Amino acid sequence: METLEQIRDRLLARFPAAKIELVVNPGPAAEHSLLLDAAFAPEIATFLHDDEVLRLDYCSNATGIDWPEKEIIDATTKAKTVQPGYLEAVYHLYSMSRKHGPVILRLRTANRSDQVTLPSFTPVWKSCDFQECEIYDLYGIVFAGHPDLRRLLMWHGFKDHPMRRDYVAPDDYEWEPTPHGSVLDRAKVHYPATAPQPETPKP
Amino acid sequence: MSDPTRPEPVERAATPAPTPFPAAGNISDADREDLRQHGILLTSLEELYGWGRSNSIWPLQFGLACCAIEMIAAATARFDIARFGAEIFRPSPRQADLMIVSGTVTKKMAPLVVRLWNQMPEPKYCIAMGACAISGGPFKQGYNVLKGIDRLIPVDIYIPGCPPRPEALLHGLTELQAKIRGERVSGPQAARHLRADQPSEFPIPDYGEHDLEPPSNPALFKPPVLPRKT
Amino acid sequence: MSLFPHLTAPPGPTVRAVHDEFHGDLLEVSMGPQHPSTHGVFRMVVTLDGEQIVKLKPVFGYLHRNHEKIAENTSYLSSMPYTDRLDYLCSMSNNWAYALAVEKLGGLTVPDRAQYLRVIMAELTRLVNHSCLVGFLFNDLGTSFTPLLYAFREREKILDLFESLSGSRMMCNYQRFGGCRVDPTPEWLATASALVDNFPKFLDEYETMLSGNEIMLARTQGVGRVAAAQAINAGITGPGLRACGVDYDVRKVDGYGFYPRFDFRVPLGAHGDTYDRYMMRILEMRESVKILQQAFRDLPAGPVMDPKAKLRGFRPKAGEAYGRLEGPKGELGFYLISDGSPNPWRYRVRPPSLINLTLLEEMCLGHTIADAVVILGSIDIVLGEVDR
Ligand code: SF4
Repeated sequence: METLEQIRDRLLARFPAAKIELVVNPGPAAEHSLLLDAAFAPEIATFLHDDEVLRLDYCSNATGIDWPEKEIIDATTKAKTVQPGYLEAVYHLYSMSRKHGPVILRLRTANRSDQVTLPSFTPVWKSCDFQECEIYDLYGIVFAGHPDLRRLLMWHGFKDHPMRRDYVAPDDYEWEPTPHGSVLDRAKVHYPATAPQPETPKP
Repeated sequence: MSDPTRPEPVERAATPAPTPFPAAGNISDADREDLRQHGILLTSLEELYGWGRSNSIWPLQFGLACCAIEMIAAATARFDIARFGAEIFRPSPRQADLMIVSGTVTKKMAPLVVRLWNQMPEPKYCIAMGACAISGGPFKQGYNVLKGIDRLIPVDIYIPGCPPRPEALLHGLTELQAKIRGERVSGPQAARHLRADQPSEFPIPDYGEHDLEPPSNPALFKPPVLPRKT
Repeated sequence: MSLFPHLTAPPGPTVRAVHDEFHGDLLEVSMGPQHPSTHGVFRMVVTLDGEQIVKLKPVFGYLHRNHEKIAENTSYLSSMPYTDRLDYLCSMSNNWAYALAVEKLGGLTVPDRAQYLRVIMAELTRLVNHSCLVGFLFNDLGTSFTPLLYAFREREKILDLFESLSGSRMMCNYQRFGGCRVDPTPEWLATASALVDNFPKFLDEYETMLSGNEIMLARTQGVGRVAAAQAINAGITGPGLRACGVDYDVRKVDGYGFYPRFDFRVPLGAHGDTYDRYMMRILEMRESVKILQQAFRDLPAGPVMDPKAKLRGFRPKAGEAYGRLEGPKGELGFYLISDGSPNPWRYRVRPPSLINLTLLEEMCLGHTIADAVVILGSIDIVLGEVDR
């Protein structure tokens, strides 16, 4: 298979106006990915799907990731900058006819609150259908162009997006038979003030 | 119970002790045995009623998660739940006496479990099979996991394990049979389904915006006060 | 917010008629989540014209146990037992898939003996899964338990092996990143190998009963067909894909573990219907037996854990990895992102059961409602994995 740089260059030649960035994976797996321009993403996806050499006909995995705001302290100037948070959708593409892969695509939203729309890949790869619903449900990314975007796992009427890092789960830890760790901390809220607080068991 | 973090055991609804030969007049067991050897069986209606019911329990064919596979295994040749008269799994709650809550009850599923329970006719019993049905088990920290089915419906037998082996389910079943045999048909100790003050149906929680509403049935589930030993 | 509020709203009465001016009176039936043949708590909202299905929407989430969220708040090692509970019929292959992803993420190596043991466990799991699946499929066809009894008889034998090795029948928690937890004794290997040698006998018996059964043929051939291109586009994997004739098996394509050392064939179907999906399972079991016999023959001596592997307090370098393998249900993948801390930043399971359901509606359209049950049975889902 072509290297990711070659694919990027080919895409840039085909879509000169698009912004395509190579995201380097520093880990030992070294599976690098392409960060796509949301505006051109559907065309790029169709291109990758139909391209004679690549033929990425199979989208194996589609998933969301939440990257909340991060404070970055510059090592030299000690100046603090806040890196804005965003939501990300990641797609792992393979080719069943050419038997190669993966090519990893990423899409990012502008922020985590109001601009959370990304183009849907379901028209190109139907396998994204349920997975994009799931991302919508758990992360709150709205996929424009998805034929039937609905909450997949939680019920209709549920308001939160539970896989986000700042989601607070309902507190039903009032009765814990054997609390420990974080469960113990959450259970303690429910102990009567006068009751002696249990200690964390010694290892 | 020397571990300070462990709470006192919770008071569960008291089960009347199984009485093998309950109040059949004033005849002693020895006398009855004597009569039996002459071909005369003496029994009480209560005893007969309990004996009959305990040996023909029809469970609801209803599995929730991994524990359900062990429930199926208990019904197959090796463990053979039919030996205990409980092999007729009914697909409809209207025909079942026993609900085996076999697996994780999620918040999305919980209202439906309560609805199934309400649809079952009395007398009915509930076995909470596995850590998940008892307390949420390994998935206790999940946002969508109900932390124990006893928050919404009354449970007769708890079978711990993850998953409990089929033998454990059979043990739970025999315990339930003992409980049924010990139930009285009248008086203050009468079985739950014969007492007017005991509800047979329970409110079905609604899907709320963040959680079930209400998250548990306050008439049924009272978190124990937790004066834990220091 | 939802485009189909009636699909996600709490179910009311399960049957209600809807009127549609084009179709006359259609009937909308909610099957499940408590239904004897939905294999757990799966719900389908089926719109019927007479007995024919004109629309089918699956509704998920009744077993959504927040596996991913829990895993993101715990260490890499403590997620291993949770993977057992994903697809609770195949805990060993789930373990392996997760171990594979973590090994990729941390750049760990696995000793040879452990690689062989992994193949043995994964193939035994495939035998368990496929034989049970066939039993369940026949339940859906109305045989009322008999084939399942045969399947569970064999399953118990394999579970006994798992139990004596790992301590638990179903939730084995056997594999670790960097190897396997315990080394089987020679007696264990001898018993396992004898079991595998006897397995074809069971398969023959099973097939004599089932494969040529007339009712079976009438109810499965030509039912629930999918075309190859459609299946690829919908991301169908595993036996369901190969039943359409697409030669794609991750064991061959990725050659993970030691699979390139084994000589086995990938059975392919031609029609993509329910019967082919059934046949794929039977043929795959025969291939698995071959793999297992080779594995028992060639199993090398040596350690089963990489001595350098650090299980507790494992902190991979920042990065990400996607590890996938050919599970009995299809391609099972784990996508992990590490930010250098002891807990994964993102932990994602690519569930084959969920994605194989993408085409359920297309498969069922035009068939009767009784066929929907059989088609669902032939897709082979486990709700623990669908909803996670
Ligand atoms: S108790 Fe364990 S085996 Fe049973 S449903 Fe829960 S996780 Fe699964």
